Amino acid sequence: MTPSPRRHLRDSVVLGGAVGLFGVTFGVLATTSGLTVSQACAMSLLVFTGASQFAAVGVVAAGGAATSAVATALLLGARNGAYALTVAHLLPRSVLGRLAGAQLIIDESTAMALAQADERRARQALWATGIAVYVFWNLGTVVGALAGDVIGDPTTIGLDAAFPAGFVTFVMPHVKQRPGLVAALLGGAVAVLAVPFTPAGAPVLLAGVGAVAGMVMVVRGGAVGSHGASS
Amino acid sequence: MVLLLIAAGAYGAKAAGALAGTRVHGQGRLQQLLMLLPPALLTALIVVWTLDGGSRLVLDARAGGVVVGGLAAWFRAPFLVVAAVAAATTALLRLL
Repeated sequence: MTPSPRRHLRDSVVLGGAVGLFGVTFGVLATTSGLTVSQACAMSLLVFTGASQFAAVGVVAAGGAATSAVATALLLGARNGAYALTVAHLLPRSVLGRLAGAQLIIDESTAMALAQADERRARQALWATGIAVYVFWNLGTVVGALAGDVIGDPTTIGLDAAFPAGFVTFVMPHVKQRPGLVAALLGGAVAVLAVPFTPAGAPVLLAGVGAVAGMVMVVRGGAVGSHGASS
Repeated sequence: MVLLLIAAGAYGAKAAGALAGTRVHGQGRLQQLLMLLPPALLTALIVVWTLDGGSRLVLDARAGGVVVGGLAAWFRAPFLVVAAVAAATTALLRLL
């Protein structure tokens, strides 16, 4: 399980490049939805959360209200807060360093960092993936926004399946032990149940809450009295 | 204006987690619970990316690619291979 010393860095760049293709899609979608090129680019630079950006542009394109665009985007962006909790110890100790690193905390950088075997690699993977995705996402946005309809939608080549499948490799290290496996199964089940009934962004958040709550109940039920000293 | 609100909110979530997270780290049980979040969130994300068809579950070419790619991942294939196999499978299914 310990591959070549630089594989995590190579994977970071590859992942960034793949996200860049989605950046092209975003650029195309944003400008065809009525955003200017500079608005599309500003969004990728400042918001830097793919799901939120797609959702906001989608709401605008569908003629939706600004408030609902903001609400959807924030709901989708909230999971980054949960990610940040779990990778905060990998960021610099200084407040400024942490605030700078915070912008790079997204699906890809968190998943890549937490899949590493040791903390040094995890730290490297967090920054490498975060920076690679940031650069490629913004480059892709510029290309897509300028080229517009000329280039087609890159997701037709199956890119939309590459991400969920690739993320399975990031889940693997977490499910080797019982608690992680149960959390993953609970999270997946909650998401399946929530998708038809909740707005975009909510299923993933509910999955996190559901898994932690489920585990607390298991611990309480199975080991009453054994944690008396720690609370 | 809308853009700035979204940017502020998106960054606020990240920054709040980054600042609060270090306090939680090292606190035994709280941290144990926190480490349940990644598998739960990531698995949920995989499910949503694979099956979400706009507020309803759909089984389309994505699912085929994710199953094949997921099998490759199960047998320890690296990220790059898994992603390529999944993309190729889904692209093929769309051609059919």
